[in-house]
Amino acid sequence: MIMESLLKVLNSYGMISGFAVIGVTMWASYWISGKFTKGRLHGSAIAILIGLVLSYIGGVFTGGQKGIVDIPMFSGIGILGGAMLRDFAIIATGYGVKVEELKRAGVSGVLSLILGVFISFIAGAGVALAFGYTDAVSVTTIGAGAVTYIVGPVTGAAIGASSEVMALSITAGLVKAILVMVVTPFVAPLIGLNNPRSAVIFGGLMGTSSGVAGGLAATDPKLVPYGCLTAAFYTALGCLLGPSLLYLVTNAIL
Amino acid sequence: MIIYGVALLSLCTLTGIFIGEVLGALFGIPANVGGVGIAMLLLIFGGSYLSSKSALNPKTEQGIEFWNAIYIPIVVAMAAQQNVYGALSGGISAILAGVLAVTLSFIMVPVLTRLGQDKQAPDAAQSLTH
Repeated sequence: MIMESLLKVLNSYGMISGFAVIGVTMWASYWISGKFTKGRLHGSAIAILIGLVLSYIGGVFTGGQKGIVDIPMFSGIGILGGAMLRDFAIIATGYGVKVEELKRAGVSGVLSLILGVFISFIAGAGVALAFGYTDAVSVTTIGAGAVTYIVGPVTGAAIGASSEVMALSITAGLVKAILVMVVTPFVAPLIGLNNPRSAVIFGGLMGTSSGVAGGLAATDPKLVPYGCLTAAFYTALGCLLGPSLLYLVTNAIL
Repeated sequence: MIIYGVALLSLCTLTGIFIGEVLGALFGIPANVGGVGIAMLLLIFGGSYLSSKSALNPKTEQGIEFWNAIYIPIVVAMAAQQNVYGALSGGISAILAGVLAVTLSFIMVPVLTRLGQDKQAPDAAQSLTH
């Protein structure tokens, strides 16, 4: 009876439960950060790692695709971390951005976007070739998946890829997003990711919105708006180039 | 009032995402073309215009700053609903494709950062003389 009532409350007040769960996660993360790493590993980095681990656990238990959210008790986290509030909060970080910093990074931002799409595509297509895919449709779709997990299926659907290849391309994009979230705080000092300009370039090169949003949050929250601003254009650019230019070039080469 | 700030943020968000949708339809691609980025630019330029006219009082700013501050918890919630299980069990070729894409992109960050700076130094000097 108590359990039933509790579940009923948690379910009907989903978003509020989400605030509570995430709040406790944040508190625990900052405690771990201070106690065991003396603050060297950002509390937010630990929180994001915990989030990813929870998501893995959710996937193992439910077999679903939305991590912890597939467990009914935690469905409210889905509202909190869904596209609507995520975009709203990302846009809010723009308040406080210095216009001069953006102007300084303008041209390299655009350059990084174009290079970013091509580099990821070539990496993905190269791996596809190495694994024995030789038809232009499959190679392009997997390459597009390495751009982002949205560009992959959009491209695959447009040029008629098989569902097996589509699944691979989505996976490649997911791996990219998760990896960027996890690795960025560790790699940041090595690549000079500590100022608005390099954050703009980072956002353009990586492009995966969720990866950039998580990776920069775990590195230095002040850099978030600069990276997210360029990353916002990446998926669209990939969707534009994937089924057109990238497919035509791949087709011509193979 | 705090709601003025939240409403300003909402208007920028809706306008930006709307423009992104229209651009997507114009280009004929099933994606939002930079909606979030456009919304951010609206907020950055709109916000600095309004504060130069001193139309944004601290209470109004709090309506934006709350969402700015709640950003990291939202990203944690986002992380908790990624398909991590699917990604790790999706086949070695797909994992390698993702890893290689990320590695190459990381390597390019310092390259591009340096590249631009060399060009920018004379530019900056020039703009000072004009």
